[in-house]
Amino acid sequence: MEVRTYRVSVDPIRCDGHGYCAELLPERILLDDWGYPIVSGQEIQEGLLPHARRAVNACPRMALRLVKGRSGS
Amino acid sequence: MGGERGNAGESDRGPAAMTIWPTPTSWLLAGPPAPERRADHLARLGECPPGSAGTIDLIRRSGLRGRGGARFPTGRKWEAVAGRSRRGAVLIVNGAEGEPASAKDRTLLELRPHLVIDGAMLAAEAVGASRIVFYINRTFQDALTAITEALRERGATGARRPAVQVLDAPPRYVAGEETAAVGFIERGVARPAAVPPRPFEKGVDGRPTLVQNVETLAMAALIARFGADWFRSTGTAHSPGQMLVTIGGAVASPGVHEVPHGQSLADVIRSAGGDPDRMPAALLGGYFGRWIPGDWAARLWMDDDALTEHGLGLGCGVVWALPEDACGVAETALLLRFLALESARQCGPCVHGLPAMADRTEGLASGRGSPDDHALLARWAGQLRGGRGACKHPDGAAGLLLSALDVFRADFQRHRAGRPCGPYHRPAGLPLAHPAGGWR
Repeated sequence: MEVRTYRVSVDPIRCDGHGYCAELLPERILLDDWGYPIVSGQEIQEGLLPHARRAVNACPRMALRLVKGRSGS
Repeated sequence: MGGERGNAGESDRGPAAMTIWPTPTSWLLAGPPAPERRADHLARLGECPPGSAGTIDLIRRSGLRGRGGARFPTGRKWEAVAGRSRRGAVLIVNGAEGEPASAKDRTLLELRPHLVIDGAMLAAEAVGASRIVFYINRTFQDALTAITEALRERGATGARRPAVQVLDAPPRYVAGEETAAVGFIERGVARPAAVPPRPFEKGVDGRPTLVQNVETLAMAALIARFGADWFRSTGTAHSPGQMLVTIGGAVASPGVHEVPHGQSLADVIRSAGGDPDRMPAALLGGYFGRWIPGDWAARLWMDDDALTEHGLGLGCGVVWALPEDACGVAETALLLRFLALESARQCGPCVHGLPAMADRTEGLASGRGSPDDHALLARWAGQLRGGRGACKHPDGAAGLLLSALDVFRADFQRHRAGRPCGPYHRPAGLPLAHPAGGWR
């Protein structure tokens, strides 16, 4: 059975390293030594989705997106 | 190997890099050692068959792989564009060759412009392109002249042929990246764009765009004439045929050579008058490639699959032999500084991370090491991999550094202990001049 899954993705050109995303979604986003996000491609389960949405909305550069994928990929 | 390197301004490749070394088994390097005019080209090779419904299948069967750096199977690339095309695709003939240690594309454009144009017309017909842009490094004045002349010799394109244009590309390292090429055509700035979508989906004017290296197109034009079996008659099963390599460093015959896939790296270096047994290390692929230990050269084959197993790749065909008296730490520091200065400066990790790696490595090269150098350099390189930028520039620099930390492990240790090879080492001759101007 195919299930709709989500992950977050950052646009590296828009990103300015403000870091709100890592604070709001530490389960998927760490900051590198210069304050820029290292984003895990791991899927975001149901319970984590509201936090992911908050992180997307909090980015001052609108650099973070929620991307749909399919499970098993 | 003579010739000046260093800050020679825009014409920084030097005469040695442009020397070609044809052999009786050469395909691309066969022919006169001068720009070949149309009449001679036709007398030597005959007309190129036009692109047709079967062309993509032919290129697939040949096993031809792209020669711009990624080594992606060409038939699959053409298929991807053709499938989306509906006759309005765009072809970018990529002659940007921003890699300073590579001279093969410039060579082909200058000496075999008609073969490159044959390949371009073939690809355009196969994928349904209505527009062809020859995107050529603006410092390659002779290549630009040769292509422009060759297009004039072929006459104006008729109403049913694609629109053809020649553009002067900025001579920057990342200007040849496929989204940078699209960006230059659309906005006049050769800086990469974030993907998706990739050009084969949406490129120039939102149209499916095929960005293809000049060597790949020239080879396709030979395959169209002589067939897939001909191409596969040499090389290996997964890397059939031959390729152009630009060989430099500690070799007697630096320049552009043509070699069959499957030879050992040691044999390739030997064929250019190098001595792999006395070579401490070699740089393979490009400045975005990897150092390999000298004693691996005999056991590494010029084959995509065999190299991938070791985390290596043929890249854009650069093979550079480190001289015996050179310092791998110092040469790596020079490369990292070059790569840092060539960042398009769009993405944080690249803007900050590349100079950080260059600074630390330069410090080590001059004997000003700190105890945490190795750990920090390895950590930073690890953070800069994995596609964190709009393009693979940081990945290339990080991979190069990681290979240096491995191959020159003993040298790094000595430098860290405050015992560098000498005063900051005299550069061994990697071309490192930065072209004037920006990305416009």
